[in-house]
Amino acid sequence: MSEALHAEWTKLRTLPGTGWLLLGVVAATVIISAAVSASVSCSSTAACHVDVTKLSLTGTYLGQAVVAIVAVLAVSGEYATGMIRTTLAAMPRRTTVLAAKATVVTAVTLAAGTAAVLGSVLAGRLILPGHGYTPANGYPALSLANGTVLRAAAGTVLYLGLIALLSLGVATAVRDAAVAIGLVLGLLYLFPILTQVAGSPGVARHLQQIGPMTAGLEIQASTGLRSLPIGPWAGLGVLAAWAAAALLAGGLLLRRRDA
Amino acid sequence: MTDTQYRSQIQPGRDSFAQTVRAEWVKFRTVRGWVIGLVVAALAILALGLGPSGQGSCGTNGPASDCTQPLGPGGEEVTDSFYFAHQPLAGNGTITVRVTSLTGQIPDFSGGGGGSGGPQTRSGLVPWAKAGIIIKASTAQGSAYAAMMVTGGHGVRLQYNYTGDAPGLPGAVSAASPRWLRLVRAGDTVTGYDSTNGTHWTKVGTVRLAGLPATVQAGPFVTSPGWVQPENSGATVATAVFDRLSMPTAPAGASWRGASIGAINGLNAQGSSLPGRFHAAGGTFTVTGSGDIAPAGPGPTNIGEAADDGFVGAFAGLIVVIVVGAMFITAEYRRGLIRTTLAAAPGRGRVLAAKAVVIGSVTFVAGVIGAAPLIPVGASLLRAHGNYVFPMSPLTEVRLVAGIAALLAITAVLALAAGAILRHAAGAITAVIALTVVVYFFSVPLAVLPAGAADWLLRVTPAAGFAIQQYVPAYPQVNNIYTPQHGYFPLAPWAGFGVLCLWAAAALCLATILLRRRDA
Repeated sequence: MSEALHAEWTKLRTLPGTGWLLLGVVAATVIISAAVSASVSCSSTAACHVDVTKLSLTGTYLGQAVVAIVAVLAVSGEYATGMIRTTLAAMPRRTTVLAAKATVVTAVTLAAGTAAVLGSVLAGRLILPGHGYTPANGYPALSLANGTVLRAAAGTVLYLGLIALLSLGVATAVRDAAVAIGLVLGLLYLFPILTQVAGSPGVARHLQQIGPMTAGLEIQASTGLRSLPIGPWAGLGVLAAWAAAALLAGGLLLRRRDA
Repeated sequence: MTDTQYRSQIQPGRDSFAQTVRAEWVKFRTVRGWVIGLVVAALAILALGLGPSGQGSCGTNGPASDCTQPLGPGGEEVTDSFYFAHQPLAGNGTITVRVTSLTGQIPDFSGGGGGSGGPQTRSGLVPWAKAGIIIKASTAQGSAYAAMMVTGGHGVRLQYNYTGDAPGLPGAVSAASPRWLRLVRAGDTVTGYDSTNGTHWTKVGTVRLAGLPATVQAGPFVTSPGWVQPENSGATVATAVFDRLSMPTAPAGASWRGASIGAINGLNAQGSSLPGRFHAAGGTFTVTGSGDIAPAGPGPTNIGEAADDGFVGAFAGLIVVIVVGAMFITAEYRRGLIRTTLAAAPGRGRVLAAKAVVIGSVTFVAGVIGAAPLIPVGASLLRAHGNYVFPMSPLTEVRLVAGIAALLAITAVLALAAGAILRHAAGAITAVIALTVVVYFFSVPLAVLPAGAADWLLRVTPAAGFAIQQYVPAYPQVNNIYTPQHGYFPLAPWAGFGVLCLWAAAALCLATILLRRRDA
C-alpha cells in the first residue's frame, strides 16, 4: 500500500495543473468569502440577524467546484492519456489503486481546504467588525477558540475532503472527465435550485435533507440550530453516505471493467 | 509503354462552409453519448418542470375563494380595491379637492408579533398609500379610471387604467403644506392638475380613456397596499382628510355614497383589505381605505404563480448541454481528431463556426422539445392543484419556449468556445457552470448577497440570460418583491439574453484567435 501511495503521490505531484488547482481552491474560497463578508452591513442589532460564521465561509460554495476538478482529473486524466493501463499493470490490485488515489487526493484537498478555511475565517475576523458586526452589537470576533466556530471551520475542511471523495468515486465510475464533472456539479447545485420551487415546504425540507451540498454544509450553521432541516453532523453524514456510495460504485466498476 | 500517373476518379470536393457544417453534424450524431445527453437534457427540462406543485387554496375555501382576478381595460390582471365616496358625474366636468392630511397604520413586527392575534400596528404609511380624487367608468372592479392622488412617499401622481403613472408635485402632504388636486373630464380625455395653493395650477398630464361612458362615478378615494418585506408582510390602512371639494351638481336625488370596492375579494392574500369608511361633516371628508389600484403580479402582495416557475428543469438541462458543448471540441483534442479535422478543413475559424452552428442548432431543437409541452401542461397541473396561474398570450408562450431553447443553445456555444480556449473539458465545464448556474445559485436560492450585488451579477455575467424567463412585467408604482424567485429579473428579457450572447460572441472570438495561433 505504501508503494501505491507513493506512486499516486508522484503522479499527482508531477502534474502541472495540480498546484494551480489547489491554489485555485484556496483563492476561490477566500476571495468569495471575503467579498461576501465585505458586502454585508449591520447598523443596528435588530437589522442584522446573520449567521456570521456561515457567512464568513461562503466561499466554500465555489471552492468545492475546484476541489471537484482536482479529484475528477486525478482519475479521468489517466483514462484520457491511457496511463491507467500502466498503473493497473504495475499495481494489479485495483481496490488498492483506488484506495491509494482516494488517500492522496483527500490528503491534498484537506491541506488546501485547511488553508482556504483559515484564510476565510481570518478574512471574516478582520472584515466583519468594520461592517457593524462588533461585540457591542452582539457579534464577538470570529475565533477558533469558540467551539461552534471551530466545528464549522473543521467541518468545512472535512466537507471539502468528502466532496473530493464523492468526485473521485463518480469519476472512477464514468471515467470521462466531462461527464464526471457535469454529474458532480449537477448533484451539488441542482438540489438547492429544486428546493426553491418545490411545491410544499415539506418536500423542500426533504430535498435539503438528502442533497449532498445542502445537507453537508449545515456543518457551517452556528445559529438557529433547532430549525435546521438536518443537524450539522448528521448533514455531514449524509454527504459521507453520498461519497461512500460513489466510491463503492466506482470501485465495483473499476474491478469489473477492462481499463 | 506510357507511364500514366494514377488519378482518382472522384471529383475533388468543394471546400464550402456547408460541407464543414455537414462534417461536424456527422461527428455529432455518430457519438451516441452526445445524442443521449441531449435527450436527457430535454427530458430533464420537462420532468423537473412538471414536478410536484404546491397545493393552492383556489376553490377550496368556499365560493369567495374562487380564483379570478379582475382584468383591467388592457386585459391585464389588476388589483382594484379601495374606499370610494362617490357620486355620479354626467357629461363633462371638473372636480377639485384639497388634501390636508394622509396618515395610516402599518403592521409592527418589532415586538415579535405575528401570533394568533396577528401583528400589532403602529402609525406609518407605505410609500404607495394613495388618497385623492378619481373618475371611474363604474364601481365594477377593473373598469377604466383616471385619478389624481397624493401618496405616502412618491408625491402627487396622476394614475390611470392601472398601468399608467405620471409624477406631479413632490413631497408629503400636511395641514401646513396641503395639496390641491383637479381632474377635468372632456369627452374621452381626462386631464389632471395639481397645485399647492388652489390658484396656480400645473398640468400633470392628459390621458385618454377609450369608451368612457357619459355618466361616470367620481369622488374622493383612499387605498393603502400591503406592507411587503422579504421577512414579513401584512395589511395596512390609510386615512385622508379632504376639504374644498367642488364638483358639478349631481342629478337630483343623488348623494355621496360610500363603497368598499373589491372588499369581498378572496384574491387579496395577506388579508390586504381592511374595512374602509368615510365621514362627511361641514364640507370635510375623512376617508379610510385599504387595498390597491394597480396591476397585479406574482409575489407576496398577491396570489398566483408565474407559469415560468416550471423552468427549473432548464438548470438541469443547462448543465447537460454545457457538458456536451464543451466535449464537442475537447473530445477532439483528447483523441487527436482535431488534427484530422484541421487537415481536412484548414480554415480554422470556419471549423469553429461550423461547430457552433451544429451545437447551437441541436441544443435549440432539444430545448424546444423539452420546453414546448411545459407551459400548457404545467399551468393546467398548477390549476388542478388550486393555484392561480398568471395567464399569457400565445405569442408570449412562443417567446418563452424559444427563449429557453435559445438560452440552452447560446450557453452550449459558450461552453464550446470555453472548451476551445482551455482544451480541457473539466476546466471549461466548471468555468461555464460557475458563470451561469452558480451565479444564479448565489443570487437567488442562497441569497447571501445583498440585493444590489445580486442584481449586479445578474446583469453582467452570462447568468443575465435567465431573464428570458420573465413574462410578468415589474411596475415601479407597485410595491412588490421583484426578485427572481417571483419571476422578476433585473434586466429586460431580451437585454439579459443579449448579455449572454455577448459573452458567447466574445468567447468565440478569443477561441478563434487562439485556435489560429496554437498548434493543434
